[in-house]
Amino acid sequence: MNLSQIVQYGLAGITVGSIYAITAIGFNIIYATTGVINFAQGEFLIVGAMTAISLSRIAPLPVAILGAVLITTVLGGLIEIVFIRPVKHASVLRLIVITIGLSILIREAMLHVWDEKVRSLPYFTGTPVSTVTILGAHISPQILWVLGVSAVIVIALTLFFRFTRTGRAMRACSDDRMAARLCGINDRWMVTLSFMLSAGIGAFAGCVISPVTQTQYDMGAPLAIKGFTVAIVGGLGNSMGAVAAGLFLGLLEALVMSQFATAYKDVVAIVVLLLILIFRPSGLFTRSDVSALRTV
Amino acid sequence: MRTRIAAILVVGVVALGLVMSPGCKKSPEGTAPETTAAAAEPIKVGAILAVTGPASFLGAPEAKTLEMLVEQMNQAGGASGHKIELLIKDSGAKPENAISMAKQLIDEEKVLAIIGPSTSGETMAIKNICEEGKTILLSCAAAEAIVNPVANHVFKTPQKDSDAARRIFEVMKDAGITKIGVITSNAGFGIAGGQQLQKLAPDYGVTIAISETYDKQETDLTGVLTKLKGAEVEAVVNWSIVPAQSLVAKNMRQIALDVPLFQSHGFGNIKYVEAGGEAANGTIFPCGRLLVADVLPDGHPQKQVLVKYKSDYESRYNEDASTFGGHAYDALLILAEAIKKAGSVETAQVRDAIESLQGVVGTGGIFNFSAQDHNGLDKEAFEVLTVVDGKFAVYEP
Repeated sequence: MNLSQIVQYGLAGITVGSIYAITAIGFNIIYATTGVINFAQGEFLIVGAMTAISLSRIAPLPVAILGAVLITTVLGGLIEIVFIRPVKHASVLRLIVITIGLSILIREAMLHVWDEKVRSLPYFTGTPVSTVTILGAHISPQILWVLGVSAVIVIALTLFFRFTRTGRAMRACSDDRMAARLCGINDRWMVTLSFMLSAGIGAFAGCVISPVTQTQYDMGAPLAIKGFTVAIVGGLGNSMGAVAAGLFLGLLEALVMSQFATAYKDVVAIVVLLLILIFRPSGLFTRSDVSALRTV
Repeated sequence: MRTRIAAILVVGVVALGLVMSPGCKKSPEGTAPETTAAAAEPIKVGAILAVTGPASFLGAPEAKTLEMLVEQMNQAGGASGHKIELLIKDSGAKPENAISMAKQLIDEEKVLAIIGPSTSGETMAIKNICEEGKTILLSCAAAEAIVNPVANHVFKTPQKDSDAARRIFEVMKDAGITKIGVITSNAGFGIAGGQQLQKLAPDYGVTIAISETYDKQETDLTGVLTKLKGAEVEAVVNWSIVPAQSLVAKNMRQIALDVPLFQSHGFGNIKYVEAGGEAANGTIFPCGRLLVADVLPDGHPQKQVLVKYKSDYESRYNEDASTFGGHAYDALLILAEAIKKAGSVETAQVRDAIESLQGVVGTGGIFNFSAQDHNGLDKEAFEVLTVVDGKFAVYEP
């Protein structure tokens, strides 16, 4: 194997890895505030991309994406208010089961609003055939967009959670909801806000990956499974860890693919997930003593 | 209080049911002699189609086509005077659904024939059920195993995947391509296609240097294509259904794997070309003639059928006709022709009549059935097509 081929495998790994990473970020926000894994996260991506595709017929691309993000954000908030908030004595498990139900509901609703056909947004720069050459290997410019957008989202989220009042309030809810409430934080709205934020980020992610992965109403679940794996490997609630874990998993899959039959690469993803859950349940990039402090 | 109301309701419903049921049963018995005198009794035809789910690109146009064609046939007096009553079941492409639906159609509805299922996996799951239930099955799925070995009551309308592979290899032979890479999805269609390619390649002097399988819901194929690039293949054959067919075209260009791309007959929908954008140009694939109906010479035997189906479908549903809808069209057409030929609606006679049908012009080709051939099409049913500037065109080397 020569250098350009090795680089090409690396770039292939980064391509899938970046898609995993950007999907995983959305899981972390809801988890960070509520301790719930939102299994409808994949559907938020598809709703966002589908809305953007529809809007892009009447508006320029950036406006269409902005519109789609706003619409999905509102949808995320509504879903929380209608389906999550009224649940009394909500155990985490029960809420997770509700999100699974929601994912099915949203999927079927999408089938009726749009249809079963595969669509995609246009490439942000260039066309489906344009490539960027790095060390004799090639990568689609859209992947650079995916990486760039992931980085911007992660930085923005970190700043938001560390330095803004609302962000800190959301973290406080996650640490100890009762104590947060005693401090005068409206914990209910913080949960709603976390759903809105994660729906909005999901929609943005869906739009950015749409030219590469294409968009079909039932693609949310497979994306969510990989995103979920990555979120666990990176340490739940840790956005920076999610991106690192996404790229790690992508590169690992590329490595497996280069040496064995392609069919084995999903085995690797699952084995990594199992190993992490058994030996390092707090994730590769989160210190275990930090995660032990969490009370949710 | 509540339970009492519930009890009263239950009693009420049961009582109502008792009153109604004899009345319901009576009416058809009472009117039956009259209707047979006026018009022949209607025939029930079931259809198990993947209208939603991952194979909805097959099932949805098939269901729409059947609804349209049944309406047209019934307006024209039905099949030999028998009105057709169509029962469409949506399997969501799940074999377990197809099984229970087939049992229901056979045991409860007592249909004459079942059209579908849309996918090969589902068809294989109900092949024996239809055979044992002595119900004619006209499958709209591609795999060769459906009619090989032949089961008495099982037929299929799409062209054989072995013939698709033959047409692909013919093009390669003419172009002097000898070393290829094959990638297939892990769904029934991809696996069956991959086996045919492996089997037939030596006949045309082609070596398959590398053969890889990927998950049918894969969202990116650059990794596996990198492997093909490393093997220095002279052409890539991809055998899958959506969404991989558009992805493979894009991903090849993105990693600068500049060799010809061949796809299966599953590529026959302009939507996949649109999804692939510029990257889809130059893709070579065998396909039924529906997609190039407008440019066929006027004397071509299929021209009239194709143009009529295409314009009827497109004006009614306001979307492009695909070859898949055509498979359902052919299935119902064959059934109607067989009823006409048999002059009967008894399963045994209709079945025999299908086996003796010759020269039936359908959308997929010209059908010549026999006791050994329950598909009735040969490789001439395929035209080799390519994509030029985002549109289908007949391939010219």
